[in-house]
Amino acid sequence: MPREGILVHTPYERMTNEQVLQVHQASIQILNEPGLISFNREATEIFHSNGAEVASVSSSDNPCWLVKIPEELVLHALDSAPKTVKLGARNKDNSLVMNGEEPRVFFVSGSETNIWLDVDFQPYVKKSDPNIEVMVPEFHPRRGTVLDLCQAAHLCEHLETLDAFIRPVNIQDKDITEDNKDVNKFFASLNNTTKHVMAGLTSLKQLDNVVNMAKLIAGGGEELKENPIISFITCLVKSPLQFVEDTTQTLIEICRRGLPIVVSSSPQAGTTAPIKEGGIMAQINAEVLAGVTLSQLVSKGTPVLYGSVPVRARLDNLSDSYGAPESSQYNIDCVQMARFYKLPCYSTAGVCDTKTPGMQTSVERLFSDILVTLSGPQYLHCAYGLLDGNSTFCLLQAVLDDAHFQMIKFFLRPPRVSQAEIDDTLKQIREVVATPQKLYIRYIRPMLRSGQLSMPYPFEGDGETDNVLALAYERMKQLLSQPVEHIDPATTSRVFQEIPGILSRLNVYEERKEQ
Amino acid sequence: MSEDIIALLKENVIQGRRTKDDEGIDENMAGTPGVLELTQLALEKKISAETIITQALTAGMQVVGDKFTKKEYFIPDMLASAEAVGGAMDILKPYLEASDVATKGKFIIATVKGDIHDIGKNIVSILLKGAGYEVNDLGTDVPTERIVGIVGEYKPDFLGLSALLTTTMVVMGEIIEALKESGLRDKVKVLIGGAAVSDEYAQEIGADAYCVDGFHAVKVLDAFKEEKA
Ligand code: B12
Repeated sequence: MPREGILVHTPYERMTNEQVLQVHQASIQILNEPGLISFNREATEIFHSNGAEVASVSSSDNPCWLVKIPEELVLHALDSAPKTVKLGARNKDNSLVMNGEEPRVFFVSGSETNIWLDVDFQPYVKKSDPNIEVMVPEFHPRRGTVLDLCQAAHLCEHLETLDAFIRPVNIQDKDITEDNKDVNKFFASLNNTTKHVMAGLTSLKQLDNVVNMAKLIAGGGEELKENPIISFITCLVKSPLQFVEDTTQTLIEICRRGLPIVVSSSPQAGTTAPIKEGGIMAQINAEVLAGVTLSQLVSKGTPVLYGSVPVRARLDNLSDSYGAPESSQYNIDCVQMARFYKLPCYSTAGVCDTKTPGMQTSVERLFSDILVTLSGPQYLHCAYGLLDGNSTFCLLQAVLDDAHFQMIKFFLRPPRVSQAEIDDTLKQIREVVATPQKLYIRYIRPMLRSGQLSMPYPFEGDGETDNVLALAYERMKQLLSQPVEHIDPATTSRVFQEIPGILSRLNVYEERKEQ
Repeated sequence: MSEDIIALLKENVIQGRRTKDDEGIDENMAGTPGVLELTQLALEKKISAETIITQALTAGMQVVGDKFTKKEYFIPDMLASAEAVGGAMDILKPYLEASDVATKGKFIIATVKGDIHDIGKNIVSILLKGAGYEVNDLGTDVPTERIVGIVGEYKPDFLGLSALLTTTMVVMGEIIEALKESGLRDKVKVLIGGAAVSDEYAQEIGADAYCVDGFHAVKVLDAFKEEKA
């Protein structure tokens, strides 16, 4: 049985059907005029041989072409792209089945930050009354490592609401190079969570090593096809409207290997996309459609997700403002476009502008987490633990986010109104009204332990103290003390023998021997 | 055999099952006799009311209280158990009167004149009854004269007053004055409660105690009893 996610019965939509059609038409026009600049020769050739108009627009040292994608190529691709995409997992009960027409949401971590934020609690004494001492969290940023990634995957394995894993930290150890980064990040993730693992690829040269590792772990090539325990994200289009040379090649190669892929675009309204909603929507939709079209031209039927990470520019420093309400508006619009095309949607929420866990973080995160979830994207990259845009990851924050998603999931349960329920409660009403005390409390009991009632916020302090961070920290330690099911010893040893470049400190069995 | 019934009775108090139709926490008990049926059965087996109260009802409530403190039980669980015990006490009342076993004491409770809030007062009633007190609830918006009249006639050990409004809490002071005028003030302990009042207010009007909630009230009453003994 795959994971259940949460079905949004009546998804929230911002645009009317007419507006959706307007965006679609505008995107089709953009794909044709101006079209996209392609820095990738092979993609250009693929488009050309399928009837797209191509013209060289560059000097010989930096070759690029203008590709005008005709409407029927796009429509064909939309036709052949699967409406249902399955993402497998080491534990098959953790696999995800996503249907583009069904607004069933799965919650996912990610994505790669450079800074890992350690937390510890220190006592502070009140100056005017030294008897009063409080514990205050202190945050210590540092560069992320591969062992941090193991820990992140370990924690995410135990976060109840988290459905799939995108690595939240960039591994920056001295012995990690471009040539061994991919195998190490995939192995560190796969070995510490039994949920689905998705990531971007750093070096195309590593693709086959990664795929072969996945085959070993899944139990063979056919098994991997049937249970794709890994998948990839590619941002092949750089906004506005440019096929990047290397990521486009990555997409082509992944499609050839038949693994699921996210075609994602991340325009920033105001700088790399128009600031107006209609404008950024027309552009991002064109960019994603261009990627989807290419994926289907390379290999018909490639499982592909409509990936959207639109944001608004901060006007004080032009960085991405994920906390801005407009970012959620754009994301929700993209979910609606993906549903219009019946493609499963990779969407974004939860990223915030603040640098440490705290009140602003909770406000910004919950705001987009709730709203974007309500729109019903299938694969919601909701950034458990991310802070400071895409720069910092903090385990403690991930634990707090899990609590938010539990509330959101609870809220989205279907309404409990039926004739049987009504009849039953009418009986209750008549009974209670006839008693002197007129209280319904006794009827709570049968529901109390059945999971039908929500429980108080898990990090509520005693009395009047706000102790949220300290309590979440306790929870975090408790989750990390629970074991994870690693890849078995025999497979691990094959992986280390057959896949070059994996750091020996990631071998949990070797380490145990040393101890 | 009698031990079995007492053990079963205690377990049913812990489960909060008043009758055989009640759902407890343990699903296996569905349909089996609850506290009321078992109390009846115990009496038929000639088990004394005192044994039933001390070894089954009070002992069971003790466990329930512990579970509540440990956050294993919620208010609805406490109330279900208290209601079950309250029902058992109604059945046992004639037997207690016949023997010399006394209840823990007579308790009159009322929401004062001008105030119709009664959720808190009702919860207090259920809990006190469950704790073994004989509770007489006069309802809401009860005129001062009626309260004083009943205290004179019924001679309760305790009088509980509830007020949730700053405009009606003053009535509590008036009731205490009226009790003094009728020469009844030293015959009854007065407890007050409700959102409007506080410890300081209790002292100001000369009440014997202020209670934050029903559980607190049970503790305060038990402390009074120890004082007396
Ligand atoms: C529910 C409620 C109502 C309900 C009452 C339903 C009912 N069946 O009781 C309704 C809607 C009818 C109502 C009406 C009004 N209400 Co009103 N109500 C409340 C509310 C929200 C909750 C009270 C409650 O039931 N709490 C839950 C129970 C379990 O708690 P509790 O009552 O405090 O009781 C516990 C303890 O206090 C203690 N206790 C209580 N009494 C006693 C007695 C003894 C002897 C002991 C030992 C212990 C004890 O044990 C209880 C169990 O744990 C309060 C808010 C609040 N902060 O209390 C306002 C509140 C009391 N109401 C308020 C007001 C203003 C009114 C109205 C005047 C509104 C209006 N303009 O019409 C009317 C009053 C009508 C009247 N004449 O009484 C104000 C009072 C402000 C003030 N000036 O004092 C409050 C504080 C709300 C507010 N912040 O504005 N109300």
